[in-house]
This record gives sequence, C-alpha cells and structure tokens, in this order.
Amino acid sequence: MSKGFVFRIGGAAGDGGSSSAENFARICVRSGLYTFTYTSYQSVIRGGHVWVQVRAAEDPVLSQGERPDLLLVLNQQTADIHATQVRDGGAILMDEAIQVDAAKLATGVRVLRMPLAKIATELGVQQLKNVVALSAAMALLDMDVGLLEEAIRETWGTRKPKALEGNLEAMRRGTAWIAANGGSMKLGIRFSGKRRLLMTGNNAIALGAVAAGCNFFAQYPMTPASSIMHWVASHALECGVVMKQAEDELAAINMCIGAAHVGTRAMTATSGGGFALMVEALGEAGMTETPIVVALVARCGPSTGLPTKTEQGDLNMALGAGQGDWPRIIIAPRNTVECFTESARSFNLADLYQTPVILLSDLYLSEGFRTVEPDALDMNIPIVRGFLADGAPPEGGYKRFKITDSGMSPRAFPGMKGFEYVAGTDEHTEDGELISDVRAGVPEFIEVRRKMHEKRMRKLRTAVKDMHGPEVWPEADAEYTILSWGSSQGPVREAVTRLRAEGASVNSMEFRDLFPMPVALVEKALAKVRASLLVEGNYTGQFGRLLRAETGFKPDFTYFKSDGEPFYPDELVTKVKEVLVRA
Amino acid sequence: MLDLNAYKSETKPTWCPGCGDFAVLSSLMKATQALQLEPWNIFIASGIGCSSNFPHFLSAFGFHGIHGRSLPVASGAKLANPELTVIAAGGDGDGFGIGAGHFVHTMRRNLDITYIVMDNQIYGLTTGQASPTSEMKMQTKSTPEGVIEEPINPIALALGAGATFVSRGFSGDVKGLTEILTAAIQHKGFALVDVLSPCVTYNKINTYEWFRERVYRLDKEGHDPSDLGKAWARAVEWPAFGSLRERVPTGIFYQLKGKPTYEDLEPGLRAGPLSKRVAGMKPELGKELLAEFY
Repeated sequence: MSKGFVFRIGGAAGDGGSSSAENFARICVRSGLYTFTYTSYQSVIRGGHVWVQVRAAEDPVLSQGERPDLLLVLNQQTADIHATQVRDGGAILMDEAIQVDAAKLATGVRVLRMPLAKIATELGVQQLKNVVALSAAMALLDMDVGLLEEAIRETWGTRKPKALEGNLEAMRRGTAWIAANGGSMKLGIRFSGKRRLLMTGNNAIALGAVAAGCNFFAQYPMTPASSIMHWVASHALECGVVMKQAEDELAAINMCIGAAHVGTRAMTATSGGGFALMVEALGEAGMTETPIVVALVARCGPSTGLPTKTEQGDLNMALGAGQGDWPRIIIAPRNTVECFTESARSFNLADLYQTPVILLSDLYLSEGFRTVEPDALDMNIPIVRGFLADGAPPEGGYKRFKITDSGMSPRAFPGMKGFEYVAGTDEHTEDGELISDVRAGVPEFIEVRRKMHEKRMRKLRTAVKDMHGPEVWPEADAEYTILSWGSSQGPVREAVTRLRAEGASVNSMEFRDLFPMPVALVEKALAKVRASLLVEGNYTGQFGRLLRAETGFKPDFTYFKSDGEPFYPDELVTKVKEVLVRA
Repeated sequence: MLDLNAYKSETKPTWCPGCGDFAVLSSLMKATQALQLEPWNIFIASGIGCSSNFPHFLSAFGFHGIHGRSLPVASGAKLANPELTVIAAGGDGDGFGIGAGHFVHTMRRNLDITYIVMDNQIYGLTTGQASPTSEMKMQTKSTPEGVIEEPINPIALALGAGATFVSRGFSGDVKGLTEILTAAIQHKGFALVDVLSPCVTYNKINTYEWFRERVYRLDKEGHDPSDLGKAWARAVEWPAFGSLRERVPTGIFYQLKGKPTYEDLEPGLRAGPLSKRVAGMKPELGKELLAEFY
C-alpha cells in the first residue's frame, strides 16, 4: 500500500502560501514522492483566501486527494474554514495567536501552536515565518530538511548571503521546535530519493510546442492560460522563438495566422473569453487553410464567470466556433504528459491538414503541478509538415487550393518565385481567385464553390484516420464503465481503483481525440459498455451530446458538475455506488 | 530588370469605373517597379471592403483576410519572415473603424510595414453608410439626418501613436502618390499612406473635384518632414474641428529616420527568420529545458 499524505496550506493572497506550497511540492518530488497540487485561489492580488493542497505519496497520485493530514494555517480564516477537515490523527500547524475550537476537530488531531511570528521577529524578517513553518511541516512528515536547504540555496545562493543565512536559520529553528514539541507524525513514508519532474499542464503545453518547432507565439493575458506565455517569454531567447504579447485576442490569433501563412509554426493560447474573440479568425484560418494551434484553457463560465475556477464548459464553443462549416481538430489532453505530447502532435496535425487545431485544456489540468516521469517527455519530436509545394511551379500555374481526394493541397510560402497567389477568406478558385463578387451564383462557379467547400471538409474524413479512440482502463471488460474526457481522467481513475479494491467491477473510458470523432473506434469501445456513468465538468453534458450525435450512444447515468471545483475521487465513488451499483 | 508587367495580375479589378483605388493600384505597381522589388518577395495583407480586394489585382503573395485584421496578419508575417516586403492595404472602415485598435498598436511598435489606407470617407461595399472619416453633417444610409460625430484624423492619430512615417496621398495625383509610396516602402519602420481615394458611387461630397480645389503638396511649401512640431501643425489643417476645409495637405508630414524597428529589437529574431527555422529541437537544448523542472 502506497503511503503518503495530503498537506494543505491556507492564508490570504500575498501571505506567501502559494509560493511556499510550490517549494514544498518541489521538495516532495525531490524526496522521491509522486506529487499533485491543487490551488484554490481568487481573483485578487492581496487579501482574500487562498489555499493549496499538495498531495504526495510513494506511488503515483492522480488527484488532489481529499481531507488533509497536515494543515498549515497562515491566518485565522484558514483555521476557521479548514481545521475541521483535518483527518483523524492529523495535525494542524499554526501561529500561537490563532484560535481553533478543539472540540470540533476530528479524533486525535494534534494542534501545534508554534511561535511563528515570534521567531520571525527574532530573526528580524516577518516573511521568514513561512520558512519556519515549512521546515516544521517537513519535520512533522520526517522529510529530509536538507532538501529545503538545497531549495533555499538555489533561491538565495551567492546573490544575497544575508538572506541566505536568515532563511537557513529560520529552517533550523522550525525543525528544532518540532523536535522539542513531540516530534514527527510518524507516517512511516519511504522516501526513495528518485528524482522526477514537477510541472504544470501549461508548462507541458509550452514545452511540447517548442519541441515541435513552433517558434511564433502571440497571446493576450488571460487566466488560466497566461502561464503558457510566461514560460515561452522567459525561454524565448534560448529557444529562438518570438513571443508577442498582442493588444487583444483578435490580434493574437491574426498574428499567428500571418506567421503560419508565411511558413512558420504558430500558437496562441487563451481561455473562453479570449477564444470567443478569436472565433471569426478561426474560420479565417479554416478558409485560407492556414495551420495554427490554439490552446483553449477553459475556466468556469459563463462570461467572466469564476476566473480562478475550473470547468469543462467550452467544448460546445470549440465545436461550434465560426460561421459556416470548416474543418477543425479538437484534442483534449487527459494529463500533464498528454499536455506535452498532444501539444506537439497538434502542430503536425495542423500542418498535415492545413487547418486549426484546438488543444482543449482547463484550469485544473493546466495550472496544477504534477509529477512527470523523467523519460515521459521525449523532446525529439518528428516534424511533419504535410503537403508542401516544391521545385518549379507546375505547368499552367500553381494552384494553392487544388482539389484533391485527401482535401489537402500543396502549400507554398511567400518568397517562392513563381508561386505567387492570394489566400482569400472569400470563397475562391483552386488558384485563389475570389468567386464572391462577379462570379457568385453563376452556374460554373456554383460548382466551384461546391467543390471547394467539399474539398476543405474532406480533410475531416482524411484526418479521422489520425484520431484515436478512447482509452479503456484498467481492463476492457467491466460491469460498470465511467465515461469521461480530458482532465477528469485522474480523479476518475482513483475512484475506479478504490471501487475495484472494494470488489466492484468498474472501468474507465477516457476520451481525448474529440473531433473529428473516430466513430468506428468509439463504437467498438462503446459496444462493450454494459452500464455507464458519464462524468463531465459542465452543466449540460456537452461531450455527452457530441457522443450521442456521433454514435447514438446514451449513457445510463450522468454526473455533471459546474460549481468551479474539480472532481474529487470521493464524490465519484459515492456517485458510482449510488447509481451504478443500484443499476 | 523587372518591367511593370511583372507586377500585373491576370485578375481585373472589380472596382466601379472611376474609383480612386485604380490610381492606388497603378501607383503601387510603379513604386514597386521603381524599387525593383521581386513580386514573390512582396506580401500584401488586406481586410474586407472594396479596397481590400487589392491583393488580387497585383502579382505578389497576398492574404485577403477578415474585416479589420490586415495589420495583425501583416505583423505576424513580418515577424516570421522579416526578409519579405510587407504591405497592408484596406479602407478607412477596415483600418480606422473595426481595426482601429490594431492601427494604433502597430504604429507604436514600428514594425517595418507599409500601410496603405484607401480612404473614401464612406462604406462602399456595404452600399453607403457613414465611415470613421465621414465628415460632420454628411448624409448617408445610416445617417439620414447627417453625421453628428467628428471624423478621425488619421494623420494626427498616427503622429500621436508614434508612427515613424506619416503621409497622405491623393488618387487624383498618381505622380505624387507614386513618390509617397516609394518613400514609404523604402522607409525602415511603420509607414502610413492615407490616400484620399474618392468613392464615385456613394460619396457625393468628397469628390475628385472637391479635393482638387483643396489639396496642396507639402513639399512645394517647404515643409520639413523631420520636424514633428510642424507635422502636427499641418496634420490638424484637415479635418479639424470647425475647419473651413479650404486646404488639404498631401505628401509626407513626418518621417523619423534611423529608429530601430520592432524586428531589430526582437530577441527571438537574432538567429534569423522564423519561417526558415522550423525544425526539431537540439537534444542539448531539450535536456536543458527539462532540467528546470527537477
């Protein structure tokens, strides 16, 4: 049985809780534990209430877990909200000035009232109280405090010797206090010391893009997509890429279209509101057959909604974005590794099919720090550029939009002599001449329109061969199946594991390649489903509707959640027991 | 030596007979020929409107995009391949209405792009509504009682936004317009060429005759384009609040030479054009990037 813990830290924005948690998560990974973080934050810069959950264990962890074993309290509000959630036998670490009602706590919860502020005052820097607390937490969990020292040295190193010494002293005071006040929680965790990576989904999306040769990014800031821009901007020079912060999302996507049109690989990233602004340009890219990749990192809508909360509510928008029909590909990575692989793959798909690819993530997947195995990210991505024009221009002139069986036509780039053409958003002929004015409705050109539109849409038929069916885990046959898509994979798998441990025959069917849907593969997988529960993070069951439209399949039960919070394995276990076992 | 035919498209313009845009097309062809630009190294982006059909009527690479977004497309193209001569073209509605945000931001960036606005002070393709440059009191389909908001002054707006080349041409003066366009393309940085390009169908006020009575050439009056203060003074001559509209200056209002372009300053371009560097990642770099996550 994998041993581990759930560590929760809470305070006001600006208290340093988030950065302490990130440091703590990194230290967990360095100690050899698998780690998963979830940050509950608000749209404020200072004040309010922020809490971070860091779950770590000897074996892989796929969700943020539930109630904390150890709660680090940075302000009174945190104690008021979270103290009662600490598990039996857990611990609460807090400043001596903070009050908790011991009668309301779970059984055997140890309350450690530590002189955090007092120690920090003695050290002359108030911010050091977080270091004191962090080292105390590590001592409670029997973690190697040397890893904290390593992290402190990385931050302050040779840069600020005085700050370094202050931090190290704070660390020593924290561990000494725990030693003198009852010692560790004796959880008996084995720390393998094997080092793995810790990154967010957005880190992985950005890495996948640069590994796939994308060297043009244009973006407008929007939570929770902004950290893609931040990572790219801070690595632009070493990677030789341009990261353009645009004046708005309209500019961001149109810059990508311009850059991709002349031959580079381009990406923009945004959340629902920004994506809504990009809709017209997506059709522009579809019509001009320009390959671009748009990362849509969904947050809780509608409208401004809850900007710091999660939801899988933008699938309908991705499916329906744009006037008329144009071929699009929608991929929803299910975990951090797939954020990398699918981001990279999106560029090859975009080039192959000469059309936009929408990489559909969400706040939960994109912002959470998760452990990644060292060999899981292969940075050596094969670059597939699709149908390119080369050599001399053909007799009778180059036809950028040549009608083909596959739907794809040879791409030439500005700078290639003899291949001059115009890419138009108006309907056009094979060589790019528009047919929207003096030719519209003339019989010959009704036919041109029909053929050209069919050619573009035919790309979907070709692309479907590159789409993968759902993954069924851990085995193909089970009495009950939970269906999910994208980021819900982790919590669903943990729920399945727990149910199976209790003897239930349950498996998980997880969709990633959403559109064009590989109907034959999906139907084959669905044929084995006996009783099913569809789990989605939105109100209307957007994926369920797509699945039904494409295959006629209707799940027996549904569990839709759109309160801004991620799925917790516990609630899924409860739901499954309630509906499936009864079925 | 490329002759004028090298820039001619097989597609004939669909503009109304007498449209000011014909003069812009012939002036641009003359300018590119004078500069001996290779057609395959020219990229023209446009938006939507009569004048945005422009790229089809010229032999070059073109992108006929959506309404108001020619400048972002042109910017992306220029950033991806700075070796191209990048031109954006469109109308006053496209550039100063729906695309006004991009207009301001592209100017302050000083990308090396020539922006030609065929300014007819009316929406032509949608059959005659008021545009951002329509004058006060002008009666249109959308303003039957007359326009009641001041027109945008593109020249003043460009000066205010930091454009390094600000000019106005007139379709009734092909020679002058050709000179301006030649200088604009040669200018290293963002160049605005706002062209008074009469709409013979829907604008019955700002006609060729109306302009001929009022236009004058700045260079003939000894205007010094390096003087920003004097450029401002000329810019507000027309259109201006309460203006008598007696004189409409044409020519180069302002030119700031030697200012680094955005491409010059962009760190990501130091290794050369992006479009020529689409490739897999070097193993050492991949390793280095992953190392940060341990």
